[in-house]
Amino acid sequence: MIHALLAILACQLIGEASTRALALPLPGPVLGMILMVIALQASARLREILRPIAQAILGHMSLLFVPAGVGVVGHFAALGGQAGALAAAIIGSTVLAITVGAACFVAVANWTGNADD
Amino acid sequence: MTDFPEIWSYLSRGPLLWLTATLAAYTLGDACFRAANRAPIVNPVLIAVALLAVMLHFSATPYATYFEGAQFVHFLLGPATICLALPLSDNLPRVRKAALPLLAALLAGSLTAVVSALAIAKALGVTGEVLASLAPKSTTAPVAIGISQAIGGSPTLTAVLVILTGITGAVVATPLLNLLRIKDWRARGFATGVAAHGIGTARAFQVHPTAGAFAGLGMGLNAVLTALIAPLILELFR
Repeated sequence: MIHALLAILACQLIGEASTRALALPLPGPVLGMILMVIALQASARLREILRPIAQAILGHMSLLFVPAGVGVVGHFAALGGQAGALAAAIIGSTVLAITVGAACFVAVANWTGNADD
Repeated sequence: MTDFPEIWSYLSRGPLLWLTATLAAYTLGDACFRAANRAPIVNPVLIAVALLAVMLHFSATPYATYFEGAQFVHFLLGPATICLALPLSDNLPRVRKAALPLLAALLAGSLTAVVSALAIAKALGVTGEVLASLAPKSTTAPVAIGISQAIGGSPTLTAVLVILTGITGAVVATPLLNLLRIKDWRARGFATGVAAHGIGTARAFQVHPTAGAFAGLGMGLNAVLTALIAPLILELFR
């Protein structure tokens, strides 16, 4: 448990520090995730140490967005008189992006003979 | 016996009350979600947020006070992102094998998200700072806020639009993908992660582990891609 937490926080810390030091256009935790993938590929033991805590956190990942969500409610006024237009843009673009992304994946997977196992 | 106002003033100063309330509201939201046969419209985040917003409103609690308790939950967003490495690592051979479909879906999904959002908003009369704030809304919040600042948007408005996009994606993904008859969990998860970042990824993990793994990958890749393309696409709509 402590080892898993240490590994997670160390990756995040290195990620946060390096993205800032090198002014990379990606968030620290995403670089930390890449570092962790490399570490996990190198060590099967680390994979098993990490597994229980990762499954617990990822199983309830939705919970982690609640505080930010509550913050958003207080800022609905920031949408101003354009709330309707912004809602249409968000709903329309999200539906289109999921549709195009998934359809494109399937089309290219079929075209390259890349069915899932 | 100490009276209620005194207990209240003690509790409202520490993090315990609102941390507990956050977990309780989410537990209730999750129970509703399960009771509704995991229907995506009964989104546990949405229910928890609504409950807490009502509680804060009626107890006249400022958000800053709430966040003192809720920050412990909020902090875990970083570690959760690191934890996405595990499903990704477990699925790495499948990810390598699907490199071409992944690349195609990333480019198509990411471009569609930015272009269609800006086109719809502009057609409905949105301009300037608000339009710039909308451009990065499909990426994870810290990246979206950074992009927004760089292209003349409002960080606060972007944060609101990012969360709304995530919830929209989490709610529409399952019925939409069923309607499209797309059964490949890799495609379903990845497209959801690209379009609806972490909240979409959280939803994907509720549906299928493969979808979750590929959603996390989509979220990470789109954070990088949107940082590169959003400023260029916004120029076309100025």
